Amino acid sequence: MSEYNAPLKDINFLLEHVIGLEEIARLPGCEEVTPDLVSAIFEEAGKFSKEVLAPINRSGDLEGAKISNNVVTTPKGFKEAYWKYVEGGWSQLEAPVAFGGQGLPHIVATPVSEMLGSANMAFKLCPLLTLGAIAALDEHASADVKNKFIPSMAAGKWTGTMNLTEPQAGSDLALVRSKAILQADGSYKISGQKIFITYGEHDYTENIIHLVLARIEGAPDGVKGISLFVVPKFLVNADGSLGARNDVKCVSIEHKMGIHGSPTCVMVYGDAGGATGYVVGEPNRGIEYMFVMMNAARLGVGLEGVSISERAYQHALVWARERVQGRPVTPVPASFGPSPKSVPIIYHPDVKRMLLTMRAYAEATRALTYYTSACLDIAERSIDEKQKRTNQALVELLIPIVKGWSTEIGIEVTSLGIQVHGGMGFIEETGAAQYYRDARISAIYEGTTGIQANDLVGRKVGREGGQTALALIAEMEKLPALLLAMNDVNLKAVAAQLTTSIASAKRATDWIATMFPNNPAAVFAGAVHYLKLMGTVTGGWMMARAALAAATQIKAGDGDGDYLKAKIMTTRFYADHILTMAPSFANAVIQGADSVLQMEEALF
Amino acid sequence: MKIIVPVKRVVDYNVKVRVKADQSGVELANIKMSMNPFDEISVEEAIKLKEAGVATEIIAVSIGVTQCQETLRTALAMGADRAILVETSAEVQPLAVAKLLKAICEKESPQLVILGKQAIDDDSNQTGQMLAALMNWPQATFASKVSVDAGIAEVMREIDGGMETIEIKLPAIITADLRLNTPRYATLPNIMKAKKKPMDVTTPEALGVDITPRLKTLKVVEPPKRKGGVIVADVAALVDKLKNEAKVI
Repeated sequence: MSEYNAPLKDINFLLEHVIGLEEIARLPGCEEVTPDLVSAIFEEAGKFSKEVLAPINRSGDLEGAKISNNVVTTPKGFKEAYWKYVEGGWSQLEAPVAFGGQGLPHIVATPVSEMLGSANMAFKLCPLLTLGAIAALDEHASADVKNKFIPSMAAGKWTGTMNLTEPQAGSDLALVRSKAILQADGSYKISGQKIFITYGEHDYTENIIHLVLARIEGAPDGVKGISLFVVPKFLVNADGSLGARNDVKCVSIEHKMGIHGSPTCVMVYGDAGGATGYVVGEPNRGIEYMFVMMNAARLGVGLEGVSISERAYQHALVWARERVQGRPVTPVPASFGPSPKSVPIIYHPDVKRMLLTMRAYAEATRALTYYTSACLDIAERSIDEKQKRTNQALVELLIPIVKGWSTEIGIEVTSLGIQVHGGMGFIEETGAAQYYRDARISAIYEGTTGIQANDLVGRKVGREGGQTALALIAEMEKLPALLLAMNDVNLKAVAAQLTTSIASAKRATDWIATMFPNNPAAVFAGAVHYLKLMGTVTGGWMMARAALAAATQIKAGDGDGDYLKAKIMTTRFYADHILTMAPSFANAVIQGADSVLQMEEALF
Repeated sequence: MKIIVPVKRVVDYNVKVRVKADQSGVELANIKMSMNPFDEISVEEAIKLKEAGVATEIIAVSIGVTQCQETLRTALAMGADRAILVETSAEVQPLAVAKLLKAICEKESPQLVILGKQAIDDDSNQTGQMLAALMNWPQATFASKVSVDAGIAEVMREIDGGMETIEIKLPAIITADLRLNTPRYATLPNIMKAKKKPMDVTTPEALGVDITPRLKTLKVVEPPKRKGGVIVADVAALVDKLKNEAKVI
């Protein structure tokens, strides 16, 4: 069994010295968000993740969720862990204050969610989906519906799900066919089949609240005819007690590559005449409502890339320190004796390179995800209209990058994690393989990397002539001078690579802004390269900001010397080994369209 | 009734302790510090007594540097009602701790003081006993089960060779052993509430206690490195080694 230790030093350092917790604490409703409070919250969340969730990660993977007669059983220990999660009050973290939640900002919730996901990704999905459902209801539902469902969901008594996908409607939700028929009492009868429903059925709680996309009879075709419904597993009486079993059931669960502990359900609505549902907000605006909460959901999935990278890194690091193999080519501690025949593999340069790659990516995606969380908090809560607008634009730009890039990085880092283990990594018992299998889904659900990239180059960059992206680039361009002013050899090297990579980002952004209005196909052909370019550069920018803060602390004689030194060295590595890829990505964006577009379908 | 729970800030039990280069002590700079695990058990026991309706107020007390406030906040987040920090950056040895706690007991008049049986940093295992002597109160050390009724505490103690159950009259001192309970996780709402619970800060001077150390640490060294094991040929060889090399039988 592998241990998980929450990276609290990095988390607290980012919040206090890079992201700027004070700015968040000035937002309405965030007055309590002080460094001592958040570090106490992170400390306890880290302990909970390590001691309760991590120990059942591998057993959950081996056992998997099971179904029999429409009843789903989660792996051993998951239900108990869920109730410990609820007793710990963690379900209330982000939930609205009006319904019994703590209403804490994203910048506090994101690190907590990261830790839960590192410890046990399959477990974490249930709370994540519940939070998403609460947010959707809170934003759009009538007071009646809110009061009926949100308090019990915020208290963890009931969980929530998202029912979007149907067999014929995956990335293209315009094809949704589930039906809703209006009843005399204002409710609807829902029927249809939904697939890929995470925690659509489970044994944790007495009730499950499904949010379902369906078409009201006679609604227009396409996305403008889809409405959002809330469909509880058990109907809820006026006094809050549970009523009749609703006409919804789980008919099977998927056999998946990873996240085995999380039941992925095929849900059937209306087999016996129709499931009772209540429309959320106005009819025919379901897709629009989904979009509103898409940012938070995509941020949450992007974060899974961070979580799984961190866990894979910790696992590989332990192995690299224990596994003794091969004569060293670099100086090793005297304790190995004179000219040792073999040393722990961490002393071999290529193994160090792999570990540094894993670490640098985990830290960069973490910093970028936290930064985006802070922007989202400001966009949601600021009372300064201009600040709100600027941050909202930034969030819109960064979300597809966080989601697409971090999850692709999650795959790369977990793959490297296996590589560090050599042949043992390919053996399931070692545990490294699970992270790779678990990581794979994050780049697919909640919009594939391709969907994220198209959103980025189309809606976010192309349509506005690159305005927000260029503003961010201008902001990033200010950093190299500050790095140079520190007069440090490592920061100097970082500044040089950062300058080159920002220029690449600018070159590609300018090209997209020019090309998109007349030739969007050429832009879409290289969209994923652009997404990776922007992830690489913004991630490098965040790393460099952290390195600058670290160097400033060292100069002042503050902080934990080893941590700060490692931050600077990791940033230097990121600059030399990762930022150097930026020009190649930019070239692929700008020159790569022809080969894609000219290859005819018949030639494949 | 009031319960006082002293909590000590120590090097976290997960940290591999290193001796300082000058052998004056162990390295504490940038090391993760946490509440002494035995003290967590005493906090938990006090909370249980409060939940059972036996206690009405739990006061957590810590002695040491400003950062001990974090340790006190942890106790408050677990369920203590208020906290007192006796702030000092000087070395505080068990007798001084006992004297400071005595001063606080005289102010607060608790019926019970529940301490961890020892702190995992210096393993002294003295403070509870010294406090009992100074207060002239009965003591029940190494508790693995506690019940309180009508001014009497029945305590099951872990002793060499088994268990012993004794009754002591309150006010009294109890020191917690490992098996007394499993400390709870602090809940998120309680972590939030802990911030608003009262914390008084005082000093040894204000309490009129002289904390000058009576013992002098000459040097601190790491334990000898473990040598590799050997496989012995037979039982006779093992007995011979135990007798003549290890000199344990």
